[in-house]
Amino acid sequence: MAARNMKEERGPTSGQLEIRFSRRTALVGGIQAALGAVVAARMTYISIFENEQYKLAAESNRVNLTLIPPRRGWFIDRYGKPIATNRADFRVDLIPERVTDKAKTIKTLGELLSLDKDDIERINRELSHARGFQPVQVKDGLDYESFARVSVRLPDLPGVSPRQGFSRFYPSGPAVGHLIGYVGIASAEDYAKNKDPLLITPGYKIGKDGLEKAFEDRLQGKPGAKRVEVTARGKLIRELSSRSDTPGKPVQLTIDIDLHNYASRRLGLESGSVVIFDCLTGDILTMASMPCFDPNSFSDGIGALEYKWLRQDDHIPLLNKSLQGLYPPGSTLKPMAGLAMLKHGIDPEETVSCGGGYRLGNRVFKCLGRHGPMNMRSAIMKSCNTYFYAMSNRIGYDAIAPAARELGLGQEFALPFTSQRYGTVPDSEWMRRKYGKEWSRSDTLNATIGQGYVLASPFQLALMAARIASGLKVDPHIIAGKRKPAQHLPFPDEHLAIVREGMDMVVNGAGTAVRSRLDLPDVRMGGKTGTAQVRAIKGGQRGQSGAWKYRDHGLFVCFAPVDQPRYGAAVVIEHGMGGARAAAPIAKDVLTFLYDREKAMAALEALEAGWGGTPVERMQRSLDAFIAASRGPTREDSEAAQKKQTEAG
Amino acid sequence: MTNGIVPAPIAGLPWRLIFLMFAMTGFGTVILYSAAGGSLTPWAGQHFVRFLVFLTMAIVLSRFPLDFWKKITIPAYFGALALLFVVELIGQVGGGSQRWINIGFMTLQPSELMKLAIVLAAAWFFDRLPPSKINSLDAIWPIIALLGVPSILVIIQPDFDSAIAFAFPVAVMAFVAGMPLLYFIGGGASLAAIAPLVFFFGLKEYQQNRVLIFLNPENDPLGAGYHITQSKIAIGSGGVFGKGFLNGTQSHLDYLPEGHTDFVFATMAEEWGLMGGLAVMAGFFFLLRWGLRVGLESRSRFGQLVAVGLTAMMFFSIMINLMMVMGLAPVAGIPLPFISHGGSSFLTVMISIGIIMSIERHPARRQFG
Repeated sequence: MAARNMKEERGPTSGQLEIRFSRRTALVGGIQAALGAVVAARMTYISIFENEQYKLAAESNRVNLTLIPPRRGWFIDRYGKPIATNRADFRVDLIPERVTDKAKTIKTLGELLSLDKDDIERINRELSHARGFQPVQVKDGLDYESFARVSVRLPDLPGVSPRQGFSRFYPSGPAVGHLIGYVGIASAEDYAKNKDPLLITPGYKIGKDGLEKAFEDRLQGKPGAKRVEVTARGKLIRELSSRSDTPGKPVQLTIDIDLHNYASRRLGLESGSVVIFDCLTGDILTMASMPCFDPNSFSDGIGALEYKWLRQDDHIPLLNKSLQGLYPPGSTLKPMAGLAMLKHGIDPEETVSCGGGYRLGNRVFKCLGRHGPMNMRSAIMKSCNTYFYAMSNRIGYDAIAPAARELGLGQEFALPFTSQRYGTVPDSEWMRRKYGKEWSRSDTLNATIGQGYVLASPFQLALMAARIASGLKVDPHIIAGKRKPAQHLPFPDEHLAIVREGMDMVVNGAGTAVRSRLDLPDVRMGGKTGTAQVRAIKGGQRGQSGAWKYRDHGLFVCFAPVDQPRYGAAVVIEHGMGGARAAAPIAKDVLTFLYDREKAMAALEALEAGWGGTPVERMQRSLDAFIAASRGPTREDSEAAQKKQTEAG
Repeated sequence: MTNGIVPAPIAGLPWRLIFLMFAMTGFGTVILYSAAGGSLTPWAGQHFVRFLVFLTMAIVLSRFPLDFWKKITIPAYFGALALLFVVELIGQVGGGSQRWINIGFMTLQPSELMKLAIVLAAAWFFDRLPPSKINSLDAIWPIIALLGVPSILVIIQPDFDSAIAFAFPVAVMAFVAGMPLLYFIGGGASLAAIAPLVFFFGLKEYQQNRVLIFLNPENDPLGAGYHITQSKIAIGSGGVFGKGFLNGTQSHLDYLPEGHTDFVFATMAEEWGLMGGLAVMAGFFFLLRWGLRVGLESRSRFGQLVAVGLTAMMFFSIMINLMMVMGLAPVAGIPLPFISHGGSSFLTVMISIGIIMSIERHPARRQFG
């Protein structure tokens, strides 16, 4: 076999192999040198032609630019008192992309900061949605000790970022939730819009609702910056340079915050709104809407349970009732109707005899009583429907609607609030447009007493009161500043005086709100009560009993002092059953506060003793009860609740 | 050579080579000093001391005659194979891949010893093979066997990088030993053909990822692609003259992983720039040129093949390392001789140098055949 192989394939000789070796080794050497040249060329390319790019990359590795969030501009009231301020705040955040062991880190933080289940759930949820650098808040409002506890453990907690900063603080708590709105962490969409790195800086909040949102640009300020050298693991080596922040500019409101806080507290257990205007300038002094959320808990990042608690409340604390609540205004529209009638030639002294109702065709429109002969003043005083049925039937609603609009009903206002609702002032044209049918006389009768299609917000009712009181067509203002003098309303002073006299008698004569006359030596309040049906009267059953949500709304519009009006106001109490019963007493106390704070406070404190404390205290109790009920009572929870309460106190 | 002042044994040392190695290791020590943030510990001091020990050893090895290397080839090969078996067993007991054996002052990686043993064994085989048989099948299967068994052992570990490191010098040796050119052309073509198969069925997932990430490092900026990206940033930001000694940020701020071992070249390049890089490459160029020259000048076929094989082996580590740090090759755990901190591979290189020095000292008679 070997011999055959030898014959078939004659191999090379040793000498030939020696030559092959030399040649091939030289070739190998050449190839190696060539590869070496390729590598050298590659390095030359990287370090010369791509040098600039990699220098930048190395620099951006090394230097971590941290923005210092600017302090947000304050909101102050008309006298300079703070409405929204900033509080020094120790906080801890997580930078998701630097966290190595999520579960362990959160567990350790949970122990160090005694986080409750709600917090941990939220952190886990936000961490799973977080994008790269966007920090997730662990907790803010920490005391220095907790802050220090985390700071010393930093080396074994990559991704944890303790910071000192400022957080928004609302001294008035829930009283200003609807007025001011709240701030919160910018959303991913906010960031996607302009990629401003400030938006994802821990501790930076933007206005999310209300005036906080509307004045974002002014309040924002300019961020400071800190350049630090950091290692790949985020450890700080040294500070390179820094620039401090420029705080945002303050915004001064027309609000009288003491009055506003008082009004909010005075609303008590009710669901409702108090709006007060300076009737000479149109300044909004108070725009209280309760119940409300506490904007402080929103700026801290609200817990899922707390939000659920707000959502389930049938008093709708998330709705700004002053601007967004629309109600049939009821009899509060009668002074306005009176103005329209005077304008259309009705003699205010002409009487209509009230026998308990008004017959239109074969239908009888009821009055609240049998008032006997009524002229305009007494009809306003007694809130006599019959008088207004008769007179409006004479002139028609198309004659009344323009007066309603003159006084601000159904009108839009240029106010810096994101959502307002403007209500409805119906007339025959509106009816055709909206429903394609003709306006009927019974529609007129209904509309005149503020039922049927008429809808208005408490804000508009207060403006109406302010305009009637001053006779000026004042525009509403929330931002303090100089005003152009307002024009006179297109109603003669004599007409206005007649209507105001009627309203004076409502409170100070023999009217529907005599129990709410001001207990002050030289200030009189004029007003008009209103009771608005929530559902149609059935079988004589009025909305004066039964389930809360079917009861009538109570409304009251007023002004003071009667002899030289300065304030115009409206109080609306949802399902308060009657204006005289629910709304007027509140108006009385709130207006009293303007003249005699001690007297007003005494009245309020007596009431709050029966209600179970201030709104903040009542809300906390309700929230704790809600949390306990939704989880089932465990020892842990009651401890946490107790802790929360002591923190709040 | 002797000039009377220095004794003959010392004057007879290959001083130029020794100086070159001193220069390179010295530079390596300086880089490791910087990599430790300006400290001799933990790497620089040990690195240089090790070099001195290994250099002494290499000089001693250079005294052994060529026959000695021939004689120990077979025991060395089977010894290294046995060690590979041992780590394989220990590794399986330990439940993961284990490549090292602790031998006190350093940990030994048997696959490093195997690299040497394979070169010796391949040279031994080609030396014994009758020249006329070089074209026959008889020349192929023993090579495949002596390469295949250790390769399978390291692939099981799994350490695919070592398997390639075994194959490369053997292929170069087979080429210079005179195997038909057709084999290499055909072999190259079939490698290209089976590469996808190996990729999909032969590689572990993490190895596949390394290749994929190499092809597209941006896909994984925080994972394995991070190494390549940061290494390129270090090299590229150094520019022509570097940021200066102890001024590198990539390495000092830990952006560059493995800055003292596999990515030491990037650490160097950041502070010393292109100039430093070219200097290091020039050093390797002279070293490898010396190795090939020794092969070319040797009159012993065994010596020729061993010198070329060991040079190819060193070339492979150097080239793969440099290509890796510059993003031209996937990340592989291959250190840079003389510069990287590490025991086993440095030892392998110094033994290789010792053996090549021995070949240089013993060129043997010209063989006529």
